[in-house]
Amino acid sequence: MATGRDDFVIAIRSAFLKKKDKQKFSLISLIFLSLLIIFLSNLNLKLIKDIRVGINEVIYRSSYFVSIPENKLEEFKIKLKEHLALYKDYKNIKNELDDLKQNNLSVDYLKLENEKLRRLINENISSNEILAKVIIDKESPFFKSIIINKGSKDKVKLGMAIMDENYLVGQIIEVNFTSSRALLLTDLNSKIPVIVQPPNFQAVASGTGKHYGIIEYTKDDIKEDLNKKDRIVYTSGQAGLFKPGIPIGQILKNSNNQIKFFSDFSQLDYVKIVKFNMN
Amino acid sequence: MSSLNKSNFFKFINSYLPIIFLFFSVLNEFDLNYLKIDNFSFNFVFILIFYWTLRSPDHLGYFSIFLAGIINDVVIGTPIGISSFCYLLICVVTSYIRQITLSPKFINDWFSFLVAIFLVNSIQVLILDLIFLVEINYMRYLINSGFTFIFYPLFYFLFNSFNDKIYLKKND
Repeated sequence: MATGRDDFVIAIRSAFLKKKDKQKFSLISLIFLSLLIIFLSNLNLKLIKDIRVGINEVIYRSSYFVSIPENKLEEFKIKLKEHLALYKDYKNIKNELDDLKQNNLSVDYLKLENEKLRRLINENISSNEILAKVIIDKESPFFKSIIINKGSKDKVKLGMAIMDENYLVGQIIEVNFTSSRALLLTDLNSKIPVIVQPPNFQAVASGTGKHYGIIEYTKDDIKEDLNKKDRIVYTSGQAGLFKPGIPIGQILKNSNNQIKFFSDFSQLDYVKIVKFNMN
Repeated sequence: MSSLNKSNFFKFINSYLPIIFLFFSVLNEFDLNYLKIDNFSFNFVFILIFYWTLRSPDHLGYFSIFLAGIINDVVIGTPIGISSFCYLLICVVTSYIRQITLSPKFINDWFSFLVAIFLVNSIQVLILDLIFLVEINYMRYLINSGFTFIFYPLFYFLFNSFNDKIYLKKND
């Protein structure tokens, strides 16, 4: 019995400490080094932050170059798909355009009315926009984020909104000198205060780690009602980071309260980084 | 003369191919996730590290694995150091298996791999969930571990044939 335990201890000790001929470092020293890095990366020291920013910059650029062949293949696949569906898309887009032309007139009127009402209550919302290119959009099964090519050099700050055209897609969670990381709305850790219309009630849109989001923190009877007809989800502006009324997605009838985002997060090439100034 | 140089060059490239694969896969996240198949993902890096550190540890240095972990954390966005720690834990398991095994068998390797991935993924989930308070989808980790285990034989035979080639060229 004692011999068996001794053998186990000897094997474990050799596994940790013994180096093979070509190994320059023992496992135990590298394990301690990684634990030290985990501990240090948790500290809020300026030196560590600067080192982390440097590492991020180098790795993001390398990853971008290594991903070029795969991205080109992906691009080719999408273009081929688009070409094959050209006629069908043309028909759909033509119908949509007719509908939109009709709606546009009433939207223009509502816009003017909205501006007039905002002036009346002295509410002023302005925004600064920065255009950025997506350099890495790796589809990790656990974390949903993108890396963009603008950083603190371009006055990007934590919490700024990331938009694809007019749709919200995420927010900045890490800023380096020439690059930043944005957390997408699909990530499990993304929670955005929203308004669901109709009937105009407040909720929180949460990511699921999949391609859709869900509505959280509402009464159960409201959740049941959500399934009864199509609804649009907008930002509510409650957290003070985003302006109210940015379209996020829609909840389709009988879709189990899933938010289908307006923007396709796997096709993001260029995005807008937006800072809202609300008075 | 030129053919000799050429063959030396290929020998050199071949012997570094596991490291090249490792860095390429962490920088490019080679795991077929771009296929966007619901509830499907696997961890190619786990398979690569497990196989090479078990069968041919001279071709994959621990320091390279440590660096690959740092790169993986930066690309994915997890706190720096976690992947390095997890990858090195796989190396501990493989090193232990090497110490206690005289004649390696595929089936033993395969089931040891299952233990290794469950151990490593559990530790990773614990660190992320309890220390860094990152919300984790446990089911996705379970699915990922399952597919990584299922895919091991495929890559085992691919790597095995490649390893034999390296071995033969080395002894030419």
